[in-house]
Amino acid sequence: MDWSQSLRLIAPEETLSIASLILLLVAAWGGDKAAKLISVLAVAALVAAGVLVAPALCGGAMGTETFAFYGQFKADAFASYAKVLIYISAAVSLVVAPKFFDRFNAMRAEYPVLVLLAAIGMGMMVSATNLITLYIGLEMNSLAAYVLAAFLRTDGRSAEAGLKYFVLGALASGILLYGMSLTYGFAGTTSFDGISASMAHGLSNGALFGLVFVFAGLAFKISAVPFHMWTPDVYEGAPTPVTTLFATAPKVAAMALTMRVAIEAFGDQAHAWQQIIVFAALASIVVGALGAIRQSNIKRLMAYSSINNVGFMLVGLAVATPQGISAMLFYLAIYVAMSVGGFAMILMLTDEHGNQVEDLSKMAGLSRTRPGLALGLAMIMFSLAGIPPMFGFWGKFLVFKAAVDGGMIALAALGFAASVIGAFYYLKVVKVMYFDEPADVVKGESDIWHKLILIGSCVVISPLGFFLTKWLGHLADTAAAALFTAL
Amino acid sequence: MSGFPILSLMLLVPLAAALACLYLDAKSARVVALVATLVDLALGIVLWMNFDVGGAQWQFQERHELFSGFSYALGIDGIALLLIMLSVFLMPICIGASWNSIEKRVGEYMAAFLLVETLMIGVFVAQDIFLFYMFFEAGLIPMYLIIGIWGGADRIYASYKFFLYTLLGSVLMLVAMLWMVHTAGTTSVPELMNYDFDPKVQTWLWLAFFASFAVKMPMWPVHTWLPAAHVQAPTAGSVILAGVLLKMGGYGFIRFSLPMFPEASAQFAPLVWGLSMAAVVITSLIALVQDDMKKLIAYSSVAHMAIVTIGLFAFNPQGLEGSMLVMLSHGLVSGALFLCVGIIYDRLHTREIARYGGLAINMPRYALFFLLFTMASIGLPGTSGFVGEFLSLGGIYQASSWTALICTTGIILGAAYMLYLYRRVVFGDQKNADAAAMVDLDARELIMVGALGLAVLWMGVYPESFIAPMRADIAALDARLARAKPEGDAKLAMGKQKPAHEEAAAHEGAH
Repeated sequence: MDWSQSLRLIAPEETLSIASLILLLVAAWGGDKAAKLISVLAVAALVAAGVLVAPALCGGAMGTETFAFYGQFKADAFASYAKVLIYISAAVSLVVAPKFFDRFNAMRAEYPVLVLLAAIGMGMMVSATNLITLYIGLEMNSLAAYVLAAFLRTDGRSAEAGLKYFVLGALASGILLYGMSLTYGFAGTTSFDGISASMAHGLSNGALFGLVFVFAGLAFKISAVPFHMWTPDVYEGAPTPVTTLFATAPKVAAMALTMRVAIEAFGDQAHAWQQIIVFAALASIVVGALGAIRQSNIKRLMAYSSINNVGFMLVGLAVATPQGISAMLFYLAIYVAMSVGGFAMILMLTDEHGNQVEDLSKMAGLSRTRPGLALGLAMIMFSLAGIPPMFGFWGKFLVFKAAVDGGMIALAALGFAASVIGAFYYLKVVKVMYFDEPADVVKGESDIWHKLILIGSCVVISPLGFFLTKWLGHLADTAAAALFTAL
Repeated sequence: MSGFPILSLMLLVPLAAALACLYLDAKSARVVALVATLVDLALGIVLWMNFDVGGAQWQFQERHELFSGFSYALGIDGIALLLIMLSVFLMPICIGASWNSIEKRVGEYMAAFLLVETLMIGVFVAQDIFLFYMFFEAGLIPMYLIIGIWGGADRIYASYKFFLYTLLGSVLMLVAMLWMVHTAGTTSVPELMNYDFDPKVQTWLWLAFFASFAVKMPMWPVHTWLPAAHVQAPTAGSVILAGVLLKMGGYGFIRFSLPMFPEASAQFAPLVWGLSMAAVVITSLIALVQDDMKKLIAYSSVAHMAIVTIGLFAFNPQGLEGSMLVMLSHGLVSGALFLCVGIIYDRLHTREIARYGGLAINMPRYALFFLLFTMASIGLPGTSGFVGEFLSLGGIYQASSWTALICTTGIILGAAYMLYLYRRVVFGDQKNADAAAMVDLDARELIMVGALGLAVLWMGVYPESFIAPMRADIAALDARLARAKPEGDAKLAMGKQKPAHEEAAAHEGAH
């Protein structure tokens, strides 16, 4: 293990770090006028980082040669898979931003830089193989995210969202740190391999407490029930491009991190955390579905929908098999496509003065005034509900297949039955758009980038997406295999 | 014909037309939809012509490994062939029925219908269990939109009820499918049909499938979505709902529940009989007191579907063939009856029976065809309804005479509510001036009811055309079910005379 190899393994992070520092200087001297240029360069940096990550993913990198810095960091296929999704999500949240912020004259030069910094943090989260790396990555992402949530300084809701996110995020970090310190105290090491080795022959009570606290902290980050309450407020208050980011990249990062901690650090003690995950999964599915029913704001609805989807993904983790992890990773990819499309859609809902329309009742009869938009949103809703032949069905199908194959039939049956509750509120959106008389509020011109992203994601989630199953399934399998080789 | 992907083509034609209709104006959308459905009908006829009766069980097979986890595998047997024929036959009639009555959002409407056609055919041709599930479930989306957008006053409630009811049934089925594929190691339907699952597990699998098919069928007491959906759906929506979508439940039983879980089917046969008996009597009585024509026919559908389920669970070839014929006949007849309701609804915009009367005077041709379909619904010999019901009831009589007895009252009750409906609408005085002013059938309507009438008579007079393609498949299914066949309660035996000397001895002993 030499430094050159370590540095080569973290090439994507280096690219993004250097790019963000340079762009920060450009921002300092260029001011807000340079914001668009900086955005373009930031997207280019994310694309470059994605290209650097690709070989490890396609080549199925795993094992010891992927360790960097003496086991602090791991650039394997699993991390690469998550990073690609994170970089795509971050790039999308940059692309959709200018049109939104321009109306408030708030397209500030710091926005792309903060997104880049968050992306670096998220990359570290998914590559962490040590509690310390994990925490640094998490905080690096979170600090950038707190600022982003409050980015629209003139808007009271945005400031509120930033504050709520900060206070609750700090609480979660505290819980996580407490769990980590207990784990370190009982395992005597912060590395995942070491923790796994020390717990191979049973779990002491103290270590069990540590494990519970670690999972509680992580549940905050993935907004799983019962630690979900910040999600609707933050999603609603944060500027919509930032919400696009929150709904996708940090979810992927925190989900991948949870998988890595669960499998690599506590893999031998799966029975200890499986019940936590099973509860969190079912509770998230049910609470997410029930909570969404009474929402009239589309962003809050999407927040509950994300809680609901997290529940479905956790079903894959609860099984604790490579098949389950692979299913989760596949689901994450579909989830990113659906969320990105959904938020691009929300950004396109503007009235004639360019103000965002977030109220569900104002979208009434959209299918008659804006048929294309309505069709796109209807596809996303049916996909989120998991109705075949929309591609969203395949994600649910895979996690429940993993659950059935893993012998957890009751979990699969309950989860599927609860998914019917969720279908109700997705149908509500379709009903409002297609069955109600037109309110004729949505009249604004749509940005070309929003359109492109919506079309792109609709193509992925349409039945055409099934042609991706072989290729994406193979990648997800490779990534999942990489996670399990460490055991 | 071998090698030509005719089944894929039948799926593709309506799908392509559906996409085209989204972008067309009302006039051209109607034409495109009609042409596409007629092309599919022509393809269906070609399919039937080339179907080798008595040949291989599965014909026109296609298989492509396009996806991971499941494959694009198509193929039909005689049972699927007949149901496909029913679908492609009814579709042009549906388009014709909505020619003038649908005025708003015509392009979307036609697109939804063509999508339904694709998915219906997909359900019948899919040979991969997950592909089947996808077609089966996907049908919910266009039907939800059809009921919700173009339906009547209470359409929102009906559309939700339809969607959530059927979805809840289906998700349990999916869990069962996942388990079956995990155990059997294949997703191919023909292979699964010959796989013997552990009888203990079959119980649970059967119940999961039952949850889906019973709702789709619909069986009493989970039928309540049907009247709501029927009453609110536009005429063509009702035709396709009653004509084909309900048959998916019966098809599910005959393709999945019976051959895959023979032991569990035998175990639960009394449950099915019980629910069917209840359905026949209760829904027939409910139909008797309806004021709304569509609701009346909807309840009669539930009663007829109960005759299908008893035939399916009679475990003998008569019952199985009979239930297939009832399904085909009910598809034609109830579709035709909904069409008849739609024809007068288009003129007077009410479904209330009391608002009509004496139509025989001003609409004689309409009265004639309505009478034909009424008689077919009752099951008069010479019409399609008779053959299927007779075979079904004959089949169940061998298994359970009580079930046969009670279900036969359905024919009497059917005659009661149908003749009562006919009397109130068509005979009597012309008590409503606006009803009396209605004009008789025009050419478009005449073609539609004429085609249906011919099919009804054909099936009634020469049912062999329809039984022949499926005979081998029914026999195969019967052979598969033989090992689990429940013992009938009739216990028929030839009377045997005792030998004379024994008789004499017995007499002597008595002395």
